[in-house]
Amino acid sequence: MATHINGSWELGAKMTALVVDDDSINQTIHHRLLEQLGIENQVARNGKEAIDIHCSGKKFDLILMDRDMPIMNGIEATRKLRAMGIRSMIAGVSTRCVKQEIQEFMEAGLDDYQEKPLTSAKIISILRKIHHSGSISY
Amino acid sequence: MLGWGVDRLRADMSRLLAILFHQGVLDEQFLQLQQLQDESSPNFVSEVVNIYFHESEKLLRNLRGLLLDREFSDYKKMGIHLNQFMGSSSSIGANRVRNVCVAFRAASEQNNRAGCLRALELLEHEYCYLKNKLHELFQMEQQRVLAAGARYPLQQQQQH
Repeated sequence: MATHINGSWELGAKMTALVVDDDSINQTIHHRLLEQLGIENQVARNGKEAIDIHCSGKKFDLILMDRDMPIMNGIEATRKLRAMGIRSMIAGVSTRCVKQEIQEFMEAGLDDYQEKPLTSAKIISILRKIHHSGSISY
Repeated sequence: MLGWGVDRLRADMSRLLAILFHQGVLDEQFLQLQQLQDESSPNFVSEVVNIYFHESEKLLRNLRGLLLDREFSDYKKMGIHLNQFMGSSSSIGANRVRNVCVAFRAASEQNNRAGCLRALELLEHEYCYLKNKLHELFQMEQQRVLAAGARYPLQQQQQH
């Protein structure tokens, strides 16, 4: 289990995350959820912005990827990030609960999928997977 | 006297919230929002809810605009608006509004215009009720904060 101590997790360095979501309510809530867990994070409004942020050289331990977004959706963005060699934990987040739609999103390269709305408990379950897999983007 | 006012307001707020949970107007996601509010983000709930109000009113206008158009046939566009409304309602714990969106989306998927119009009326009604109740709650919260400040003016000065 990952331990939260003074804004850091057991892995040592302060964790970073990218919230990718076109909805301003979800952006605000997810940003605050991560902030309260001591995770430094920023927001991208769609998949293309997420790609551009990575092209600028930034890397994150965790990416929360919404499925349905304008310009570039979460499925396409996830595929592109993996093709770029990004190995961060990518957790898909969506209101969709149809098995096939979730499967399609997972196959794009997700490590995890959580149904909205996100809660602290759901984020902690994602973070435990990072700890267990030992995967960090650096 | 002032202490009694603060306590009474707190009790009134708890009672209103209990009613809203009991009626199914709000669900546990609203509690999650409250947990995200603290000294570093003291107005978090009202800020998020105000964004929700602003976005919802745009969506309701769009939905009404689509349905009142005689030539209307773009159920796909309607579905997109409804998905957004469902998602944001879920995110703040607006349970009844979300449920009406689900029924509305079902009517839209069947290209049932009459069903969509009925659902829109119900959605507007539920949204209005939610908005009025949350405004009531935030007003009580503001009064409670003011009353607490009047009760402990020295503490307030020391903090500044």
